[in-house]
Amino acid sequence: MAYSDKVLDHYENPRNVGSFDKGDPNIGTGMVGAPACGDVMKLQIKVNGQGVIEDAKFKTYGCGSAIASSSLLTEWVKGKTLNEAAQIKNTQIAEELALPPVKIHCSVLAEDAIKAAIADYQSKTAGGDDKADAA
Amino acid sequence: MMKRPIYLDYSATTPVDPRVADKLCSYLTMDGDFGNPASRSHTFGWRAEQAVEAARADVAALIGADPKEIVWTSGATEANNLAIKGAAHFYSKKGKHLITCKTEHKAVLDPCRQLEREGFEVTYLDPESNGLVDLGKLAAAIRPDTILVSIMHVNNEIGVIQDVAAIGTLCREKGVLFHSDAAQSAGKVPIDVNGMNIDLLSLSAHKIYGPKGIGALYVRRKPRVRIEAQIHGGGHERGMRSGTLATHQCVGMGEAYRIAREEMATEGERIRVLRDRLFGALKEMPEVYVNGDLDHRVPGNLNISFNFVEGESLIMALKDIAVSSGSACTSASLEPSYVLRALGRNDELAHSSIRFTIGRFTTTEEIDFTARLVREKVNKLRELSPLWEMFQEGVDLSKVQWAAH
Repeated sequence: MAYSDKVLDHYENPRNVGSFDKGDPNIGTGMVGAPACGDVMKLQIKVNGQGVIEDAKFKTYGCGSAIASSSLLTEWVKGKTLNEAAQIKNTQIAEELALPPVKIHCSVLAEDAIKAAIADYQSKTAGGDDKADAA
Repeated sequence: MMKRPIYLDYSATTPVDPRVADKLCSYLTMDGDFGNPASRSHTFGWRAEQAVEAARADVAALIGADPKEIVWTSGATEANNLAIKGAAHFYSKKGKHLITCKTEHKAVLDPCRQLEREGFEVTYLDPESNGLVDLGKLAAAIRPDTILVSIMHVNNEIGVIQDVAAIGTLCREKGVLFHSDAAQSAGKVPIDVNGMNIDLLSLSAHKIYGPKGIGALYVRRKPRVRIEAQIHGGGHERGMRSGTLATHQCVGMGEAYRIAREEMATEGERIRVLRDRLFGALKEMPEVYVNGDLDHRVPGNLNISFNFVEGESLIMALKDIAVSSGSACTSASLEPSYVLRALGRNDELAHSSIRFTIGRFTTTEEIDFTARLVREKVNKLRELSPLWEMFQEGVDLSKVQWAAH
């Protein structure tokens, strides 16, 4: 399989590898995929009071395209609002990385990961509000 | 100076030995013996025939057969097709049941599937978790209408050696034909078709430093084993396989087999030392698993799973070495190796397997480079792996609810 230069670059020099504390209320965590399918992506976003993603980190178990898709995604979401980040489409990732058809699912997974991370963050803040209301 | 990438995929194919190439090349041009071995009316044909027959004798000698029992084919795939379909078609009046194993090569499994479409019945045995076939289970699967058992000698992915002598004895007792695919074993493990009671044996040249495009099928004459030809057109090879013989290919295979017969013992030992050196360096890492039995295994094979690292990304990281992965990521849904799955390996381990196969031209320097590279890259990918992180945190991955896609 021939990889594009961009995939190779992200694979060899992955950006924003690492983890945040899952319990931190400012952190949203999205974990998608399954080991049985050969790829698992963990994407974490750090959101400030204005709803802007200040920082992002990832860890990915999967092929080079999966690693590159998640690495690219961490670069793109930084500085975006949650709404803007939720608009990122897998087709944009696939196009930027010139993924071949058999690797499109890697970009789909990346889109799922950011959506899951946003949902996690929102459920945390909503949960906090609920508690505040209940009190 | 080390050439890169380093070739460690000798089970996929081997380079032609220079001695083989030299000899083979003298059967092509006007200056050489280019004749058609089937031409009876002139010296060009006679000389080619002589060369083909000498090569046939060298092939027969490696497996303890009579040269008359060797049928040239285009390779082991054709030999497997000819053996399985040929025997099934010839003996179909006696019975329509065959037995094979789930870890066989596709060149055995696919002909079996074809026979199923034609109305035959096939039992696919599960191997034990070490890759070996249990004799008791094989015996229990044999029925009155069983005509053929096909069990490979050495597995292409995990390199395990089946006890073909015991299987041969069992089949002989039960009056069932025994076919074995020896593409990965010929020239690496001693073979004696009589001592092992093998009736049909598939052979390849390019797995043992001969050219691609040539192989052979051993067909027992005493007691006589009959097969129906699958290719018709002139009745070459005593009617079992028509088509003009490729003299240079036959000569190449013969020379490769002659060299293998002479050097197998010393070469096997040298390769085993290299394999053990590589394994010794890799097994120091945590969560490393050998796939298949380590004792009943060809010297050159090391199939290892690096838990929590995905195989294709590892292969990508190992671009300075040529190896194969058990995970074939070719479609939207990843397909882990069916061989590893048959051993009961879970998906993670099946996805993270790498097959290193060492051969005649592998050096100690190359092995040491490989060991260093693999350790470095596995560690790097584990730093990137959420599964490794969870494992470190003590999470039981088998209990996680994954969002499968």
